[in-house]
Amino acid sequence: MIDEIGHFALVLALCIAAVQIVVPLYGAWRGDSALIALARPAAVAQFVFIATAFLSLMHAYAVSDFSLLNVAANSSVAKPLLYKITGVWSNHEGSMLLWVFMLALFGAGVALFGGNLPPELRARVLSVQAMIGAGFLIYILFASNPFLRLDPVPADGNGLNPILEDRGLAFHPPCLYAGYVGFSISFCFAIAALIEGRVDPAWARWVRPWTLAAWCALTIGIAMGSWWSYYTLGWGGWWYWDPVENASFMPWIIGTALLHSAIVVEKRDTLKAWTILLAILTFSLSLIGTFLVRSGVLTSVHAFASDPLRGVFILALLGIATGGALLLFAIRAPTLQGGGLFAPISREGGLLLNNLLLSTAAATVLIGTLYPLFLDVVAHQKVSVGPPFFNMTFIPIMVPLLIAMAVGPLLSWKRGDLFAALQRLKLAFAIAAGAAVMVLMLMGASSLGAACGLALAAWILAAVIVEWAERIHLFAEPLGQSLRRALRLPRATWGMTLAHAGMAVVVAGITGSSAWSVEKIANVRPGEAVELAGYRIALDEISQVRGPDYVATRADLRLLKGDKVIAAMHPEKRFFPLEKGGQTDVAIRTNLLADVYAVIGDPDGKGGYTLRLYYNPLVPWIWLGAAVMAFGGLVSLSDRRHRVGAPRRAQRDAAVPAPAE
Amino acid sequence: MRRWLYLLPVAVFALMAAGFYIGLSRDPEVLPSPLIDEPAPQFDLPPLPGSNKGLSTADLKGGVSLVNVFASWCVPCREEHKALSAFAALKRVPVYGIDYKDKPKAAADWLTELGNPYTQIGADDGQVGIAWGVYGVPETFLVDGAGRIRYKHVGPLSQADIDKTILPLIARFGQ
Repeated sequence: MIDEIGHFALVLALCIAAVQIVVPLYGAWRGDSALIALARPAAVAQFVFIATAFLSLMHAYAVSDFSLLNVAANSSVAKPLLYKITGVWSNHEGSMLLWVFMLALFGAGVALFGGNLPPELRARVLSVQAMIGAGFLIYILFASNPFLRLDPVPADGNGLNPILEDRGLAFHPPCLYAGYVGFSISFCFAIAALIEGRVDPAWARWVRPWTLAAWCALTIGIAMGSWWSYYTLGWGGWWYWDPVENASFMPWIIGTALLHSAIVVEKRDTLKAWTILLAILTFSLSLIGTFLVRSGVLTSVHAFASDPLRGVFILALLGIATGGALLLFAIRAPTLQGGGLFAPISREGGLLLNNLLLSTAAATVLIGTLYPLFLDVVAHQKVSVGPPFFNMTFIPIMVPLLIAMAVGPLLSWKRGDLFAALQRLKLAFAIAAGAAVMVLMLMGASSLGAACGLALAAWILAAVIVEWAERIHLFAEPLGQSLRRALRLPRATWGMTLAHAGMAVVVAGITGSSAWSVEKIANVRPGEAVELAGYRIALDEISQVRGPDYVATRADLRLLKGDKVIAAMHPEKRFFPLEKGGQTDVAIRTNLLADVYAVIGDPDGKGGYTLRLYYNPLVPWIWLGAAVMAFGGLVSLSDRRHRVGAPRRAQRDAAVPAPAE
Repeated sequence: MRRWLYLLPVAVFALMAAGFYIGLSRDPEVLPSPLIDEPAPQFDLPPLPGSNKGLSTADLKGGVSLVNVFASWCVPCREEHKALSAFAALKRVPVYGIDYKDKPKAAADWLTELGNPYTQIGADDGQVGIAWGVYGVPETFLVDGAGRIRYKHVGPLSQADIDKTILPLIARFGQ
């Protein structure tokens, strides 16, 4: 019964989406305020119905209702409740439903919290959003329906891919999807602006919170995904340049560019067409990501079921959304007039450089990801593009970006003084050089790459602190005065400071892990011990244990430094009888500076077991830094100018389009 | 001129979408062999116990033949055995076997149990398989009269594969 309600709610949501597409758009065109006003209740109603469908599916999973094909195929009675619930989105149909759920959530957000938007703009935004929603609802109902019935009802389900039975996975797709889908709002704002033929600082200010929210969610989602692959795949790595990872990373890069270029639109009323293009591209890359993951055109370590018909369908959606948007862009963008002029060396120039480098970086990742596909299409050859390609192309683009990142915030708008800015960064430069020298002295000349990486991290962090200290007149005024200034700094400024500092931490983490990771594979019998980077790891016992839906071989390890026991570690090798699949459960001991990472492998038949051990310095900083970045985004999101007053659009001249300054 | 610049994104996207569309009809799991249309690698393999004729490159000359890479430890080989035997019984072309990374005794027992469809078999410890670009058993190659590899099939052969692909290719290269 509840399943039928869910299914029916989904159909109703599609009907409402159809109304939400047509009526507000027509109303905005005719200037009919009654029709315009329909957008908000329609968006809220759409959310209510999709949420109903989503919760019904969740209910079916929670009570193990195997009369639904989707539940029978992806769950089982013995699953712990948490994994029954997260099973909802660890399969294709359910994850598409999560996708539209997020979409409707953001739509309802614009309807409820977009009170300061001009009604026409809001109507157009919500109408475009309903177009995307309708496309995906049709896709779900006709090609990936999670509410299809199964007869006869099986006694138990097929279970979940064991690799997906994990707490990290439970919350990583929702974050990732919130990011992907959140960028749909920026996209809708861009389309609405192109329809209106008007982009101005107020527009940029309205888009910014949505872009920021999506960016924060995506940052957290990517970090969680990376963390998940770190502790579940059992290879000690945290990023594989896998197509599915790239699919989430590309929108993040372009989304970051968008966040920065929107600042220029807001402050200086220029770079308009470019910002619109970035808004379109960010969401388009999210769609392309969905296409790549869902259609199976690329092979990937991520095991998703793929189906060519579904691929064609998503490709059609992608074609309509992105193709249509870019066509509209080609027609309307040339009429968008730029405002303020600026010199190459200026805050605008810095932000533009950031944009160019980020776009190039995203293009590199896109080319690397799609190259195998296109080579197959054009030349019938199969290749795979691996981490060496990405490391060789992506890093050289990121390094100048990261160097410039320290300088940009110190330049003034319109015309900056590079020399003066560098003067102010003398201290930062000294700290960076000091960090490099220290690394070389401690670790030897072979750590030259690592020295450069850590110097870069120190450079960014020091520059961020210098900029912040100057803003609050630290040491130039009494400390109390400075603190008062710090408290009065706009939240957006705090956000930038935190996000940039977070980036410095990430750079340090990446450097440490790629330069100093130690791997050791050994065959060990109980009672023996292995040396690893100054630690000793003793294998005390191997035992067989039983979990709720698996059996496991479990190692009791002791981590020792000298004679002192630091921690007990228990890696497991699990076997899930129902799914006939295995899964390693990694044991990680971290002190926030480095991880000791242990995986138990196969027995050698003579009483010994393969142990894979890793010592990964600074790896925790990668996720710590990402968390700081996302926190910075959230702080910026809470800035009061997103809530009050400022976003008021200048009176529009009836005849003349917005003139240049 | 500037206007054309604004058309660039949509043009690039159109190309990309066309590539995606064609890409959808491709199976990323299928790996073509770089050996297609190339002469078969040089090899000379010893026989399995109970036979006195091994398999060498010279045997492949003089007419179209099918070279099947198998092993007694390989479960899908057991699966394709029936279709392969039925094909061998047609006596259209010789079916040669390369017993890949196997214990010769185990392979001989396996063939005694299931029946032997092969005209000749060579026992390979893995070297020849590498030369043929084998990365999983079973794999099947169609070699023409001049000793060139014309087609490679990865995975077990089904009756449908034989009817729809192998037999038409034999007709084509048999002239």
